Amino acid sequence: MRITQGTFSYLPDLTDDEIRAQLQYAIEAGWAVAVEFTDDPHPRNNLWEMWGLPMFDIADAAAGLAEIRACRDACPQHYVRVCAYDASYGRQTTALSFIVHRPPDEPGFRLDRQEASDRRIRYTLSPYAARQPHSRRYQPGG
Amino acid sequence: MTGFAMPAPGREPTPAEPHENDEPDEEQLADDALVDLGAWQKQLAITGPLERLDAELVGIEPVKTRVREIAALLLVDQLRARFGLNASRPTLHMCFTGSPGTGKTTVALRMAEILKGLGYLRRGHLVSVTRDDLVGEYVGHTAPKTKAVLNRALGGVLLIDEAYYLYRADSERDYGPEAIEILLQVMEAQRDDLVVILAGYRDRMDSFFASNPGIASRIAHHIDFPDFTVDELVRIAELMADRENHRFAPEARQALREYLERRMAQPRFANARSVRNALDRMRLRQANRLVAAGELVGKDDLVRLEPADITVSRVFGTGS
Repeated sequence: MRITQGTFSYLPDLTDDEIRAQLQYAIEAGWAVAVEFTDDPHPRNNLWEMWGLPMFDIADAAAGLAEIRACRDACPQHYVRVCAYDASYGRQTTALSFIVHRPPDEPGFRLDRQEASDRRIRYTLSPYAARQPHSRRYQPGG
Repeated sequence: MTGFAMPAPGREPTPAEPHENDEPDEEQLADDALVDLGAWQKQLAITGPLERLDAELVGIEPVKTRVREIAALLLVDQLRARFGLNASRPTLHMCFTGSPGTGKTTVALRMAEILKGLGYLRRGHLVSVTRDDLVGEYVGHTAPKTKAVLNRALGGVLLIDEAYYLYRADSERDYGPEAIEILLQVMEAQRDDLVVILAGYRDRMDSFFASNPGIASRIAHHIDFPDFTVDELVRIAELMADRENHRFAPEARQALREYLERRMAQPRFANARSVRNALDRMRLRQANRLVAAGELVGKDDLVRLEPADITVSRVFGTGS
């Protein structure tokens, strides 16, 4: 199951040229671009691992794209996303965030129902991939 | 996923690159087509920076020739691409050597503009750094620091001033070689996005290259900035004075020439930089002279630099 998180997630995967154009847009808007990765795709998992520090004063998208490529090469079985942080007063939040790399095979989520008191049902999601320990997720055949 | 379409952002030419709008890359010319080079050159907006290089920088003819050659090569390469003749992108890492004050930084700045005009660089900004900006203070500090600087420079020109300080032969625990290693990696891997210019004095640069053959072989253009002659220095002084809305009185011009001849013979002469400092001192003396006289002053008096403002200098041996 293809996970959909962040901007553009219902579109086909962006090509590198398209990623470059988005990065350039973010840089020209004055946002700090950061690359992050994770192997736990749960929608509530907001804090992904940082790939290096956010790039605060780059002028060209080539720098961001190089970091994305390096991260992809190092973590081919992980999700990689780009966050653009708008530091301007009054906003101070992530302005743009989109996935730039995903594992080749995404097993998706399991829906668990829990019987609670008074016949109430509690629902929760758990990613199949997260059943494996860290670093063994998304392995071929795993 | 096939139900809707969005314009792909990467495929639209951005308005920041006007020549791509006018000359779409897809359009290929027939084998027997002819292109008006002069008109095309104007369209590419490089004639501006090239002309300014000629007009604003006095002397340094070998440098100007080389810059013009590089511009011509890139222009012809673009033209060849339109005929379907593909050539690899030339490496444009450069080394500027010369005495202090011969215009290395200024030419680097112009170079960034020219390369942007030719579409070789996308941004064309200049990031000027020295050893302190690249080399860290403790283990593990250098690599992120150097990478951050390189990321900042991507799309433009990275000018490393006095690059030979990166390598210190006397110290084994120096982190300079680590910075050099990362620099080399990026110079090779991302040469489409970055032009590195190393600047420094000639003799020390030579010994730096001798101990770092990896760097020397990756730099295609070694440009030597010659020292200025007296005539050139006088013209530089006049240009600088003109920019500050000052003018030399006819007798002052002779005094200026004498001053420069004497100053050149002295130690620590830094070419155009010394001229700038001398000019600043002349303005001090002119102001002092006008205030001390306490007479009626017109616009012309405020603009004119007199020989007296020059000859009191310590190089004439009369004390200042």
